[in-house]
Order: sequence, then structure tokens, then C-alpha cells
Amino acid sequence: MSDLTDLYQAVILAHNKRPRNRGKLPTATRVASGDNPTCGDNCTVYLCMDGEKIGAVSFEGSGCAISQASASLMTTQLVGKSPAEAESTFAEFKDIVTTGGEPEAFSEIAAFAGVHAFPARIKCATLAWHAALDALKQPDRPIDD
Amino acid sequence: MTHDFSNLRVDFPVLDQHVGGHPLVYLDNAATTHKPRSVIDAVARFYERDNSNVHRGLHALSMRATDGYEAARARTAKFINAADPAEIVFTRGTSESVNLVAQSWGAANLKPGDVVLCTEMEHHSNLVPWQLITARTGATLRYVPVVGDDAEGGLDLEAVDRLLTPEVKLFAFTHISNTLGVTNPVKELCAKARAVGAISVIDAAQSAGHEMVDVQDMGCDFLAFSGHKMAAPTGIGVLYGRRELLDTMPPWQGGGGMIANVEYAASTWKPAPERFEAGTPNVADAIGLHAAIDYLDSVGRPALGAHESELAQMACSALSELPGIRILGPRPGSARAGMVNFAFRDVHAHDVVTFADQDGVALRGGHHCNQPLMRKLGLPSTIRASFYLYNTPADVHALVASMRKILKFFGAE
Ligand SMILES: Cc1ncc(COP(=O)(O)O)c(C=O)c1O
Repeated sequence: MSDLTDLYQAVILAHNKRPRNRGKLPTATRVASGDNPTCGDNCTVYLCMDGEKIGAVSFEGSGCAISQASASLMTTQLVGKSPAEAESTFAEFKDIVTTGGEPEAFSEIAAFAGVHAFPARIKCATLAWHAALDALKQPDRPIDD
Repeated sequence: MTHDFSNLRVDFPVLDQHVGGHPLVYLDNAATTHKPRSVIDAVARFYERDNSNVHRGLHALSMRATDGYEAARARTAKFINAADPAEIVFTRGTSESVNLVAQSWGAANLKPGDVVLCTEMEHHSNLVPWQLITARTGATLRYVPVVGDDAEGGLDLEAVDRLLTPEVKLFAFTHISNTLGVTNPVKELCAKARAVGAISVIDAAQSAGHEMVDVQDMGCDFLAFSGHKMAAPTGIGVLYGRRELLDTMPPWQGGGGMIANVEYAASTWKPAPERFEAGTPNVADAIGLHAAIDYLDSVGRPALGAHESELAQMACSALSELPGIRILGPRPGSARAGMVNFAFRDVHAHDVVTFADQDGVALRGGHHCNQPLMRKLGLPSTIRASFYLYNTPADVHALVASMRKILKFFGAE
């Protein structure tokens, strides 16, 4: 029996209530969107590269507390990382939300371990991450308004 | 005679269970309803005693299967007051029924310059098939708008008059909206369509198992519904079509059972309904549909519809007092069909549905196969509670209590 407070940890509720880095990033040079057609959730991730590393990240979109908190937390995790590091952080995050395991080093992403007991919600947790990895694969170009 | 709705739950074996440690409160009936014991038994009895193919064997079992299948057709015709059982085509469900009309009637009759009219409140099943066939034939698809910020005004009937021009060849609309709980004036709409020479197609997915549906009184040309939304099994549905129209339509799928004569060069077809039932049909579930119709009529459709609608109005009024709620369709206190669709300003539909599930309350969250309408209303996702004959006022109280708990958890009170 899984408790809802396992799913909706304080960290998740806080990120949902006051998301970090929400809104369009004016300096962005890469952007990608993802959606979840069965539930109507959508997420757009903006990236600005600083050399080989991610300089700034933001997101836009609408969705449930899990997807919004995940997107918000993700933006705090990706800054300063190379694309390869971003991918391995996502791999670790995905492992946590599908198995309920713990991160190797202390990280707020541990708050998402409760998702594994609600398989229907795993897609909510990974939506923003997929968009971010898509954006990372693109060449740099100006983002039109 | 008013039926006692307090103990119908015992007729439905699946409702006898706990979810999240609570007795199941099933409020996702607009998606699919549960099946009474009599329907489950009818299907099992067919497989245990009569299972055989239809219309081809001369042995005892095949004859019993054929009789059972054709009796289901005749019973269905009576259920919607069709003039002739040959006007009943069995399909997989509403979606397949609408696609049949689009692919057969539409492909044979639509051309560039023609207009297909449907409405902004259509389920994707009564919208996408029209997009496909208008794109293929060069005809144009237009929509009757809905009125009001929360679609509380239902269909814009003045716009219907404006949009029903002589170019309109087909008008497709839902009887009861699965998103708004609005009931459309179908008889009036059919008459308006007829006046400009357009044929009418009614999506009765949300009405056939809930209230009296009389195709002759409505004056429709086609009417589609699904068994699984009216206590029957999944995989069986109905297309009613007026005989004169069905007989002029070409087949849409080829195969066994639908041919009169096959040569290597070409073939000829049986008349309706067989012309539209290529291959071995879903005999067992047609027999299940027969049992479901008998069950619904033993309860009585007018009383059943009134019961659901009363529960939905009760839910609508109680929910309207919650902070930050937005309710779609008719306002609290107004008549509505047996469902209520709503959204909270502060808590997303999916979080609500996950929470309610832990309380044993089964709800639907999402866009309800009505994406363009939800987009127009500015709501990516809503929560729907939909009622059936086995629901009671206690289920409404469980729903409202669960919603209050959720709002409190998210600090939205
Ligand atoms: C109004 C309406 N039309 C059509 C459908 C499609 O029915 P089915 O999925 O059984 O084909 C539904 C149900 O999802 C509905 O509510």
C-alpha cells in the first residue's frame, strides 16, 4: 500500500507551488516540446548553451503537480552540465521513478521515488526531461518569438 | 412506477470490491459502464452451449447461434424503435459506426463544394472520421459553435440555421455531450437538416443506454451507439441506418458473409445489414447486448435517466461550493445529463484523479476525447464524474468528501 504522501513529497509540492525557471528564456538557442496526448499535458524546454555546457534552462507548459515539479526541479539540476552529464542525470532520474531506488549522491530528485508506485504517473515525471534531451540534440539557432 | 435504485449495485459483480481500502465508488460510467450478472451469464451461456459461426452452418449449434444473433438484432431494433431489424448493423462501437457512414455513404456522395457540418462538442469519434472523408473527397468540414465561457449555453442554435446551407450534405451531432452533460434538441436538428436536404447522423453513445431513443420520432437517418456504455460487453456496437439509405450504399469492407455472388472478376453484395458486416461477427457480445437491453428495460429507461440526472445535479450543486472550481455545461440548479465535468484552479485534474482513486472513487481526468473544445475553453484537462443506474446519493457524498480532502492537502482551501 502506497501512501499519497510518498508520491506528493514536500519537495514536489513546493516546486509545484513555486516553480523555478518557469517561462520563456529570452536568450535561448535551443528549444523542444513534448506532450502526453492521453492526458493533454505539455511542456516546452528552453536551453541556452554556455560553450559545451548548459548555461540556463527554463520551461513552459501545463500539467499535474508531478510534471510541473519535475520540470522545475530539472531546471535546477541541468545548469552547468554537459549533454552527456545531462543524459546520465536523466538515466538516474528515470531509474528512481521506475524502481523507487535512491540517487547515488544526495539530490532532491530522490523526492520522486514515490512515483514508481503509480505507474500511470511515470510519464508525467519524465515529460520535461525528454523535452530537454531533445533540445540538447539540436544545433544552436535563434529562437523566434 | 418508479424503480428503487438503492440496491441495483448487487446486480453488478465488479462493484463488490474495495479499492484503496474503500468500497469502490465507480464514477467513470461515461467511459464505460459495468455489466450486470445477467449479461455476463448470457455471454458465458453462449460459449458453453451454443458457440458456433452464424449464417453458414446447417447444424444445430450454428442454427442456435444464428437465431441468437438475429434475435439480438430484432431486440435492438425494438429498443430504438427502428421500423425494420434490417436497419440495424452490428459494429464494434460508436466509432466504427460513424466511420462506416463516412467511408461508405461519404465516399459515394461527397464531392468538392459539399459541406459536412458537425459541432464543436463532438467526441473525436464523431469528428475525425469527417476530417478523413472530407480531406479525401474535397468536401469542406464546418462546425456549429458552443455558447458561453464554460459552454453553459450548449449548442448555438442560431448558428445552426446560418450554417445549414444547401451545400450541407450531412449534419453529424451528438445527442448527449460526454464533456458538457448537455442534451441537444436532436429532433429539431434532424428536421432542420432534412429541410436543406442533408442527412443526419446522431452520436447516441451517451444517450442510448440512458433514456428513450426513438429513431422514427427523432427523424434521423443514422444513429450510432456502443454496447459497452450501456451495460453490454465491449466490442459490440450499433449503426442504425434508414433502409432506403443503407440499400444504396456500397460496402466499406469486403469479406465473407457480405456477398451475394463472387466471381474472380467482380462480386455482388447482399442487402443491408449483411452488406456491412464482412467476416464473422461478434455473436457472443451481440447476445450480451440483447441481455443488457432486457436488463435496462426491466429497470425502465425514463426512470434510469432521471435518476442519473438527479445525481449529477446533486453533485454539481455540492461541487459548485468548493473554492476555485470551474464547472462545464449547464449551471448548478439547471437540468443536466448524468455527468459533471469540472476543474480546480489550484489542483490539476491528474492529481485529483490519483487522490480520488486512493479513496476508492474512480473518476476520469483528461481531455475526454474532446481536445478542440477543451482548447477553446482554455482547459487542458478536466475531471469528470459520470453516473449510472447503480450509483446512489452516497456516491455523490463520497465524491465531494474526497474533493474537499484533496483541496486541503494542496492548501487550496
Ligand atoms: C459522445 C461519444 N461518442 C463516441 C464515443 C466513442 O465510443 P466508442 O469508443 O465505444 O467507439 C464516446 C465514448 O468514448 C462518446 O462519449
